[in-house]
Amino acid sequence: MQINPADASLPADPRRPQSAVAWGLIGLAYLMAGAVLLVPLLLIVVTGFREGVGVYVANIVEPETLHAIFLTVLAAIVVVPINVGFGIAAAWLVTRYEFRGKRLLITFIEIPFSVSPIVAGVIYLFLYGGQGLLGPLLAQFDIKLMFTVWAIFLVSLFVTSPFVARELIPLMQQQGGEDEEAALSLGANGRQIFWHVTLPNIRWALLYGAVLCNARVIGEFGAVSVVSGAIRGQTNTLPLQIELLFNDFNVTGAFAAASTLALLAVLTIILKSVLEQKTGH
Amino acid sequence: MNKLFTTAVAAILLGTAPVLAQTTEILNVSYDISRELFDAVNAKFVPSYKASANADVKVNQSHAGSSKQAGLILEGLEADVVTFNQVIDVDTLAKGEFVTADWKSKFANNASPFYSLPAFLVREGNPKAIKDWADLARDDVKIIFPNPKTSGNGRYTYLAARAWATEAFAGDEAKIEEYLKKVFSNVPVFETGGRAATTTFVENKIGDVLITFEAEVLGTIKQLGDDQYDAVIPSVSLLAEFPIAVVDKVVDKRGTREIATAYLNYLYSPEGQDIAGSLFHRVHEAAAAEKYKGQFPEVRLVTVEDVFGGWDKIKADHFAEGGLLDKVFVNQ
Repeated sequence: MQINPADASLPADPRRPQSAVAWGLIGLAYLMAGAVLLVPLLLIVVTGFREGVGVYVANIVEPETLHAIFLTVLAAIVVVPINVGFGIAAAWLVTRYEFRGKRLLITFIEIPFSVSPIVAGVIYLFLYGGQGLLGPLLAQFDIKLMFTVWAIFLVSLFVTSPFVARELIPLMQQQGGEDEEAALSLGANGRQIFWHVTLPNIRWALLYGAVLCNARVIGEFGAVSVVSGAIRGQTNTLPLQIELLFNDFNVTGAFAAASTLALLAVLTIILKSVLEQKTGH
Repeated sequence: MNKLFTTAVAAILLGTAPVLAQTTEILNVSYDISRELFDAVNAKFVPSYKASANADVKVNQSHAGSSKQAGLILEGLEADVVTFNQVIDVDTLAKGEFVTADWKSKFANNASPFYSLPAFLVREGNPKAIKDWADLARDDVKIIFPNPKTSGNGRYTYLAARAWATEAFAGDEAKIEEYLKKVFSNVPVFETGGRAATTTFVENKIGDVLITFEAEVLGTIKQLGDDQYDAVIPSVSLLAEFPIAVVDKVVDKRGTREIATAYLNYLYSPEGQDIAGSLFHRVHEAAAAEKYKGQFPEVRLVTVEDVFGGWDKIKADHFAEGGLLDKVFVNQ
């Protein structure tokens, strides 16, 4: 509904707050956001810098922390594209085809949302660990998964697999297949349809899903902590490294490392906001 | 640049460092509070090994609750050596055929290069006047120690408290259990490892007393200042040995037996003993023992053999499912 603010018969734009109560509530919202979000975020940065810039930089370039940053970014680089591919394929399947058990499949796709990450980690340990279901078989071929970076990639894949599909499915359902059918009737082949019709239609939602996926990969703690083995400088991702530094009594170092993780997260959130405006979410 | 990146990625994926291509890496999987100890040991061991064997070695570390670590090794964490804080945890590896059953005889002093004992860390001035094990059952005392299910440290605390109670109540099992139940109910949170328990006590400021190894008690005071914390050594405590072992199954596969053995032998060397002593572990080697004896108060130590009839019996009676620990571990 559009209201013309120039219309004198209306008192004012009703979307603007009128009463003290309204202003009070808005103030409260800002206060809460400040107390719950902004202050802790600032505190991370301030504590990271509390012994000076030199110490902050020294903490970040400390080889184990640097490795943790690298490993975390690498995990995102590996996991996000795979889950983007999976998400597109899954969404395509459930929105463009009719088949038995479709609802069941959608439910399956969403399972990682409802499973606690720590359970996800334990599942993988029970499956691929030395005493697990497939562990002895892997050991015969001298394949090591658990307590290597591969395990970290695997559990991250599991935990973040629904994000892209969840974004795409409602959108593609709503859009329907008419555009693609039209392209097909005009003689486009499968690849052309995907690149020139489907992808442009879903690109913003796809990016949005990828951003969420990315945020979750870099922040994942529970599942990764189960399968990492916590080998210093080798299988510690940034969230694990932060805990490790904290437990080493290096509180400043822990906060410095946390600030880099927070920075990565903030960048992701900013990207998400930009995309939200574009997609009109 | 591109090649550098590829190499770096390959290094991460394979878990090796290509720049140090001839460097042999070994992994020491250890308990939670030995972080500073093995940081210091590794820094000295690497040049020492270079000098004696003319080979480059890098020692990687993993720290968590001792029993948790033993479980991870069974699941595939490739430890070349273990430096644990409890015989039971190495026995777990022996049962899984990762180490031979006679591991205890392969190094001196029951394969324990140094020892310690459960002791108390209290806040400055000891405001709650916590002096001995009896005080832990008081209504106004909140206690922090790690979970005996995952941490060898926590199990020593349980056993030491029980050893004291067995003497104090002249073996009256009902009274002993009542006492232990009260102690456990005074613990607001059980962390999985010893260091997490320490941070709960010092960073989160929870609890009136932290029970952990004397080495951790004295190390924490040194690190955080004696104007904030006091050490309290109880009238009697339990000898806590720190068993080590070469993980046969892993070193045979990786061809690292020689380095792994040299690493553990280093812990017994004068330099190794000096490092352990400087970080508040009680040691056997004469020179280091003499040098650091001033920092260790006299304490009457009982052993698990004397009080409980050895680790096998302890495992069966106390730590088995539904055993004596479960009877008193009311708030687990």
